[in-house]
Amino acid sequence: MAIPDVKEKWTGKINEVTIGATKDQGGTRGKTITVGGQTTLPFLNFEGEIPNKPVIAGFVSDTPPDWPDVIKNAIGKEINSPVEWAQKNIEQFKCDLISLKLIGADPNVKDASPADCAKVVQDLLKVVDAPLIIWGSGDDEKDNHVLPECSQAAKGENCLIGSAKESNYMTIVAICKADKHKIISEAPVDINIGKQVNILLQDAGYELKDVVMYQTTAALGYGFDYVYTILERARIAGLKGDKLMAMPQICDVAGETYRVKEATSEEDALPGWGKLEKRGPMWEAMCAGGYLQAGSDILILAHPQAIKITQESIAKLI
Amino acid sequence: MILIGERINAGFKDIKEAIQKKDPDPIKKWARIQTDAKATYLDVNLGTASNKPEDLAWMIEVVQDTVDTPISIDNNKPIMLQEAMKVCKKPPLVNSTTAVEEKMNALFPIVAEHNASIIGLVMDESGSPSTADKRVENAAKLFEKAMEFGLGPDQLFIDPIIMPLNCMQEQCPEILNAVSQFKLFSDPPVHIVCGLSNISTGAKYTKLINRTFITMLIAQGLDAAILDVTDGEMIDTILTAELILNKTIYADGYIEAFKKS
Repeated sequence: MAIPDVKEKWTGKINEVTIGATKDQGGTRGKTITVGGQTTLPFLNFEGEIPNKPVIAGFVSDTPPDWPDVIKNAIGKEINSPVEWAQKNIEQFKCDLISLKLIGADPNVKDASPADCAKVVQDLLKVVDAPLIIWGSGDDEKDNHVLPECSQAAKGENCLIGSAKESNYMTIVAICKADKHKIISEAPVDINIGKQVNILLQDAGYELKDVVMYQTTAALGYGFDYVYTILERARIAGLKGDKLMAMPQICDVAGETYRVKEATSEEDALPGWGKLEKRGPMWEAMCAGGYLQAGSDILILAHPQAIKITQESIAKLI
Repeated sequence: MILIGERINAGFKDIKEAIQKKDPDPIKKWARIQTDAKATYLDVNLGTASNKPEDLAWMIEVVQDTVDTPISIDNNKPIMLQEAMKVCKKPPLVNSTTAVEEKMNALFPIVAEHNASIIGLVMDESGSPSTADKRVENAAKLFEKAMEFGLGPDQLFIDPIIMPLNCMQEQCPEILNAVSQFKLFSDPPVHIVCGLSNISTGAKYTKLINRTFITMLIAQGLDAAILDVTDGEMIDTILTAELILNKTIYADGYIEAFKKS
């Protein structure tokens, strides 16, 4: 008896989004990065096309993040300079692109001015020629001033700008249309709001083919479970032909990993959990591995070991 | 939901006249209106206006000159279909065959050859079925034969045959019962379609009856319908039913989003 063909036949296709613009395209990047374009679930090459592999964006922030010293030391002293950190991410850690988070702009951190933030973007673009993702501080009010200046400073570079939410999407659409950038649409672990934000972006005249979805990220327990499920469900909807869900997806794995106690506490606080030096990057890499399976196209990572393990996983699975 | 626009049909006076006078405008008008209303297929029916294959081909070409929505050829004569198929730019949906052996043997090869799809009515030599069991039996015949000719489940649309509520009320539960069983034939399942307006023929509250019935059919697995795609409340009801069945993902703006899609 012949073995029945149980392959899934999807009718939809995930949008292809290209980040970065070379000289010919009006920017100054040395290369561009394209994600998406799949006609099947992650790594199921036998079922459909996977024209672009998942990519790793190296985490960079304008102010060093509040992470344990062992993690920061593993990255190196370059963590104190966004430009040098970005360079190290590309040259030594072999990341595909850079994800810059302007945490220093947060009024509760350093309250850096929009001009200071734009300067960081400019300096980084001058020295590093990889495509760039730019995030605000997370403080909506402040970001409404910070992101327009940063967007302008990167005009024509086809950056990916984060993030558009229900509360601020008009500003993000306006700057990204004016300065020719791509948009990250964000929802708080809520697939319905995720879809609604995409509808709002479309209503505001922004093309959904230029959008990457962000369902925030979690690095532990139920949070991880929820985000994983949403990424997977959104991907299946996109493959079934729901054009409002057919976007590539991004996860901030490093940013979230080093917020959970289990990945930041030393062994003396968590007896039996092993050395943080090893546990931190392991935690980061395992999260990344999970999200790869769920349908994440861009993973933001920081620890060199986590980056290396994830690169190897992608190479093996693709 | 696969929406098949019913309006380009010589049963309507403007279309009948258009065919007789070879006036493309009414056909173009309805091709545009129904496409704007998000029809997946446009049913094209020559009715009693003509029996010439070239007239059917002309109607299809008029539609295709106006929009790129795929055609549902509403004709079951092999000679007519052969001609009509040739002019279709996209694989059409043939409407329809019955579960009569001779009919299936004549139509399925044409459908397979053009990689098209076909609606199968669950009636046989003895006419329209009156029970759920008979409907399922005829649907199984259609399914088996279609597979024999190499059609995939997604190329077969089974129609349970809708009877009017006002004179054959006892048929409604039989239809719903049958529909729930069609989708068990295969995985992925066949499509399930109906000519919706039959349910309200001769009744007073036609639109309400149509809307209520399609909701119940969708709950049983129906995923296609020949209907008035310009009936906004009907389309909103269908979109909502699909959400409630968790077939699509909810967002506050789902109605507006569909209209803009």
